Amino acid sequence: MTQRTPLYPSHLAAGARMVEFAGFEMPVQYQGVLEEHAAVRNQAGIFDVSHMGEVVLQGPGALQAAQRLVTNDLSKCKDGQAQYSALCNERGGVIDDVIVYRFSAERLFVCVNASRREKDFDWMLAHAGERASVRQQSDEWAQMAVQGPAAPGLVDRLCEPRVRDLAYYHFREATVAGVSGCIVARTGYTGEDGFEVFCPPDGARRIWDAAVAAGAQPCGLGARDSLRLEVAYRLYGNDLDEEHTPLEAGLGWIVKLDKPGGFIGADALRRQKAEGLKRKLIGFKLSGKGIARHGYPVRPEGVEKHVGEVTSGTMSPTLKEPIGLAYLPAEMSREGTRFEVEIRDRPVAAQVVKTPFVTKEAQKKP
Amino acid sequence: MADYPESMKYTKEHEWARISGKSATVGITEFAKDQLGDVVYLELPELGAEVKRGEPFGVVESTKAVSELFAPVTGKVTKVNQELVDAPEGINDSPHEKGWMIEIEMSLPDELGQLLSAAQYQELLAAEER
Repeated sequence: MTQRTPLYPSHLAAGARMVEFAGFEMPVQYQGVLEEHAAVRNQAGIFDVSHMGEVVLQGPGALQAAQRLVTNDLSKCKDGQAQYSALCNERGGVIDDVIVYRFSAERLFVCVNASRREKDFDWMLAHAGERASVRQQSDEWAQMAVQGPAAPGLVDRLCEPRVRDLAYYHFREATVAGVSGCIVARTGYTGEDGFEVFCPPDGARRIWDAAVAAGAQPCGLGARDSLRLEVAYRLYGNDLDEEHTPLEAGLGWIVKLDKPGGFIGADALRRQKAEGLKRKLIGFKLSGKGIARHGYPVRPEGVEKHVGEVTSGTMSPTLKEPIGLAYLPAEMSREGTRFEVEIRDRPVAAQVVKTPFVTKEAQKKP
Repeated sequence: MADYPESMKYTKEHEWARISGKSATVGITEFAKDQLGDVVYLELPELGAEVKRGEPFGVVESTKAVSELFAPVTGKVTKVNQELVDAPEGINDSPHEKGWMIEIEMSLPDELGQLLSAAQYQELLAAEER
């Protein structure tokens, strides 16, 4: 049985094409992926991301519990600040990538992936200890992302108190379009400036309608995926899973092996770091024709041997070039290395490139 | 509602064929285009390639999905719309006109009897929507 978000009627009214995603009926597109993608790069788009889950750690030991659970260091995160992080198993495999919102040392709000709601909650409950409660709040929050160069001003005008002054990865409680009890965070998954708004489910349509009336274009999961891939943000289930560590996934910057108290998976990650990585997630462009897709095998130039695989791939709407992410053996992971992606049994030339694929400078080129 | 001219034949896989003498010009239908979403990549056979009715002759990819293209008739490829390969968004704009893909010189013209008329194709679409 699939779930619907509180915005389901708005999606139908806007002519969305709905698909099943992580147990939810979600809009994949309204007008078209390319148009929605461009709206976010050039103006402002709004996404229903209510399928995302929320888990709250609360109590005198909440910070300590969170520190044991995630790879990043929350002692460096101030109250009112958010932090990108990962939950790992004992082998260092990624259970989920999350954003932790630190209200205080006694209250931390964790935004998790839709497909990992239950898994994360069970894991957190099992490892949080006695001094922190773990609450599943996924059905108590709707969430929208408003993204694009025009998004900050647009959202700011709907908020009381205003939010324009919030720095990147900071948040504030606010009333949005008359809906009280919202959390407004300067975060996103598109590479553009903007906000993500958590709100009570019964207020979601009011905020959605106000943002759309103010000029935000409804955008579906299709554009969300092409936008995030252009800036090489990882997608759980595609680029991240329990068989790969955050170090292999290029997320070493959120792994704080030396933070006080350590965390679950730290020993395995320390060992992996000492031994050296055997494979790495890299960004690539195809120089031959085609589009690389999730699961396509990769091989060294001219050698018929599978040595890794594509985890994400698309035709970049901004660059109009085929881009992707793939796990490659470490010795093939250097920028400029040529390899091949097998597309329908045919080798297509590819090259390791620097990520993000799209930067503000690249966009300015005609 | 999309326009499906009587002058064209259709397949269950949502290709159309415009017949002129022994040659069939082939593309995908308005319905197929809507289902696919924005087309961003197209792969077509070489000039002179032999294609077989019901078998893949190429690939069309939208931002999210990969779909095979199935030949409505058997024969030899006598034209390829190279312009469309270079700018596949032509399919998004006009799948029945600018979106023509290949021309096939039919070797088994009797196969035409197995294709759908516009009325039959629209019945099929109505059934798919139910």
